[in-house]
Amino acid sequence: MSMALEAHGLGKRYRRNWALRDCSLHLPAGRIAALVGPNGAGKSTLLNMAVGLLRPTEGTLRVLGQSPGGNRDLMDRIGFVAQDTPLYPDFTATELITMGAKLNRRWDTSLARERVERLGIPLDRRTGELSGGQRAQVALALALAKRPELLLLDEPVASLDPLARREFMQVLMGSVADGETTVLLSSHLLGDLERVCDYLIVLQAAHVQLLGGVDELVSEHKTLVGPRRERASIAGVSEIVRESHTDKQTTLLVRTDGPILDPAWSVHDVTLEDLVLAYLAYPAPGRAILGVAQ
Amino acid sequence: MIEFLLDGYSQAAPYMQLVQQVKQGLRTGLIEPGDQLPKVRDVAESLAINPNTVLKAYRHLEAEGLVEGRPGVGTFVRRTLAGPTLAGQAELRRELVAWLRRAHKAGLEEEDVVALIQTTMRATFRNDETREEIA
Repeated sequence: MSMALEAHGLGKRYRRNWALRDCSLHLPAGRIAALVGPNGAGKSTLLNMAVGLLRPTEGTLRVLGQSPGGNRDLMDRIGFVAQDTPLYPDFTATELITMGAKLNRRWDTSLARERVERLGIPLDRRTGELSGGQRAQVALALALAKRPELLLLDEPVASLDPLARREFMQVLMGSVADGETTVLLSSHLLGDLERVCDYLIVLQAAHVQLLGGVDELVSEHKTLVGPRRERASIAGVSEIVRESHTDKQTTLLVRTDGPILDPAWSVHDVTLEDLVLAYLAYPAPGRAILGVAQ
Repeated sequence: MIEFLLDGYSQAAPYMQLVQQVKQGLRTGLIEPGDQLPKVRDVAESLAINPNTVLKAYRHLEAEGLVEGRPGVGTFVRRTLAGPTLAGQAELRRELVAWLRRAHKAGLEEEDVVALIQTTMRATFRNDETREEIA
């Protein structure tokens, strides 16, 4: 399986602070991945390193099998929409599309125009005068005009209203279905991405907390409810992510490596949201290794 | 052509909801052999969901022999689920109506009837399943 993104011991330090540390992860090609974590977790730092805008302080990063720093051939194959979908406000969509054609070696002008027109966005209006949702759509159309193999989007829907969010995701999912594009979208809210992602990367406090295919992660994790018991090893459990106790009852969210056969525990399925919240609420610095070993 | 819906509050995974909607359509006769299912791209776009979710649903239906994918053309219905079930329904319905009238005469309220049916259904089907497992 080829990897769209692969990091080993990746770190980025700004002066004294590490924005990202010991980051080891991989993203298989063809996936639609959610990069989830609270503000300041290191999401933008990771994306900016992947597109060569920032240089890693330590570790290695391979994008589509290559190193991103100053790599023009690689940049031809990547689409990137930065946070808040920035566009030159005095330029019209037509002018931005023309500019894209001059600046990129790989560029489909008619595809970009068609996408913008189909959404009823005026091609000859300054983008500064468009609505937030329309600007986001123009930025997406520009990123897709490169026919990228890897598309990275940094908080693409954070500033959009619910209707514009849905329209943005509709266009994105339709476009992805046309090709073999790998997509990595970041958000501080899982809810925005839950229906679209099939791969998950959870970042918290500069570290990877959870990594893997959504279906596998959801089926590997269980909630166990049973009589109160202090931390004990349970057959079939590889890690206790979260535990809570009352005077009589113990509730655990666990990662399993086999069936839970002990009849004292009743076993319940978890939702993706339960899972992400549990990992965000109880971060552990050593977890990245677990995810990578899978 | 059917149009898919997703219930955000449903416990069922999105791909399973798509599978169930196709089966429902086959049972009621809404879709028939030869009909084309919506294109993966169109479903992904209209529901704003991962195209792989739609593919997974179609592959699941294909594995059950209900649909077949024709490369480059689309996914088509192969057989229906309506057949014998629909045909037998009229007869069963007549018997049920007669039974419901008797229940009403015996003084059962609507809620009593529902409760009786549900408990009996659960007990009967569970016993049948257990027997099948033993056999």
